Amino acid sequence: MKAICEAALSVSSGDVVAFLLRHPLLVATLKILVVFAVLSGLVAYLVYLERKVLAFMQARLGPMRVGPWGLLQPIADGLKLLLKEDLIPAGADKAIFLLAPVISVVAAFSVFAAIPYGPGGWTITNPNVGILLILGVSSLGIYGIILGGWSSNSHYPLMGAFRSAAQLVSYEVAAGLAIVSVLLMANSLSLVEIVRRQQQMGAWNAFLNPVAFLIYLIAGVAETNRNPFDLPEAESELTGGFHTEYSGFRFALYFLAEYTNMVLIASLATVLFLGGWLRPFPGVRWLWPLDFAPVAAFVGAALFVGWLGHGSRVRAERIFFTVLALGCVVLAAVVAVPVVLHAIQGVFWFTLKVLVILYGFIWYRATFPRYRFDQLMAVGWRRLIPLALASLMVTAAMLLWTGNRAWPLTLANLLVGVGMTVVLTAGRSGRPPRSALEATR
Amino acid sequence: MPLSHVAFLILSAVALISGGLVVTRRNPVRAALWLIVALFSVAGIYLLVKAEFLFAVQIILYVGGIMVLFLFVLMLVNVNVSVRQAPFNRQWRVALATALLLLAELAYGFWRGAAPRLKALAPVAAPSHPLGNTQAVGMALYQNYLLPVELVSLLLLVAMVGAVIMAKRRFD
Repeated sequence: MKAICEAALSVSSGDVVAFLLRHPLLVATLKILVVFAVLSGLVAYLVYLERKVLAFMQARLGPMRVGPWGLLQPIADGLKLLLKEDLIPAGADKAIFLLAPVISVVAAFSVFAAIPYGPGGWTITNPNVGILLILGVSSLGIYGIILGGWSSNSHYPLMGAFRSAAQLVSYEVAAGLAIVSVLLMANSLSLVEIVRRQQQMGAWNAFLNPVAFLIYLIAGVAETNRNPFDLPEAESELTGGFHTEYSGFRFALYFLAEYTNMVLIASLATVLFLGGWLRPFPGVRWLWPLDFAPVAAFVGAALFVGWLGHGSRVRAERIFFTVLALGCVVLAAVVAVPVVLHAIQGVFWFTLKVLVILYGFIWYRATFPRYRFDQLMAVGWRRLIPLALASLMVTAAMLLWTGNRAWPLTLANLLVGVGMTVVLTAGRSGRPPRSALEATR
Repeated sequence: MPLSHVAFLILSAVALISGGLVVTRRNPVRAALWLIVALFSVAGIYLLVKAEFLFAVQIILYVGGIMVLFLFVLMLVNVNVSVRQAPFNRQWRVALATALLLLAELAYGFWRGAAPRLKALAPVAAPSHPLGNTQAVGMALYQNYLLPVELVSLLLLVAMVGAVIMAKRRFD
């Protein structure tokens, strides 16, 4: 003990700094901090984006009051939720009530350590069981929901928690089977390896196995409890679902977890099916202008923001948007430098794909009405799981017989998808079974 | 003591303590939560001996799947009634006998085993397989032990069908 103390005292502060700088955990910690910051900002503005997109789809304007075009709305909302009283129901199981939202948020955020955002240094860690780790940790988020619903000691939250548990367990099977097809094609559980495999094949898995991609997307929407699968928090039936009794900061945590899970499902879909950080048509040489897409994106953003400022009648807004447009121009210039362009290439495509899928999630919400509970179960168990099993068997058989050729795999999958859809929908009317009708009476 | 030994001791202590809490809590939901903690620490021990696949499967299946269904059923139980009931009703003699038997068995195992010191208790990493952990498990299950695996899955299928039939009979 004494020797250790003396050794510790003899080390100068310079040595400590040098040791810390060389420590392998330093870079990882910095990366985690960056990912956490970017993700929190993205999630906050995802809520803003959702409100805006929904508003435009319904011929409204959405948030307009706080800041130019309502751009400061997420900050105002966050402050409001922080300052509100944190109510705990009198009959609640206090310890579990306080713990539940934290479980949801921790599970949602910690998964992002294993996502490959780009080639090489853009990946924080690449565990050899990456996809299993992500599935395992993200499945812990359900505890936040069912424990929150149960510990509230109130009827609507409990019903919401039950629905959520049943829904998640059901759709995890279909999503898992869809992921197994991808694992078979990549012959690995590592996410980096899955992306590399798509590079070798010269095609994204979404094209090689469109059936699995569709199943994963549908199951992904169901797992994030979003429309048309938002029964756990159906406003018209359960007031607020599992988080009815939550307020203030803890409610905000649930909100954060839900949107973070959306980003996670979109990121996983990107890595597993849309080629991760690869640009479209990674193997086609003459499409090299696509490499300059980041520059084009920033120039486009500058033009759009400039147009917004041009149309504004408020002087402060005009100044704000002009500054923003100039910032975008500077960013475009920075990105145009070949070294920078090469470095951010992968991460740009990854982000773009994630944003496109997120936009799709918002679009579903504006388009589809909510399922009834028996319909939800029927879609999961009677349609998606048989379809996923058939697709998995065909994928495995084609990999065995034709090796890694792309066309037979795609064709066989499309055939089995169409065939199974015909078989599964034949002879079924849209009427609910008798038991479901009686339950609603 | 190397770091892995410390981690092993902490994890096994957590597993034992939470296991004890599982059987002594009167609130069934609390008991299930402690069971989750116990399963987690066992998963940590798997990771410690470099069985990453078992670690991930333990979390996905037991923590993420089976325990969710456990909680689903337990939440239907009226907590106020279950708290008033005495735990270990009528079965503690059988339980004690079983526990003593298991203890004797374990003690015999340790006595016959190598060194009765702490060193023998510490985890030993599995010999690394040229194909990697996941592939090794797959090869063992579907090549060397194909028949037992299929038999066990048949047993599970029978249990599942039986549960469905019993549930249907009650509703008809």
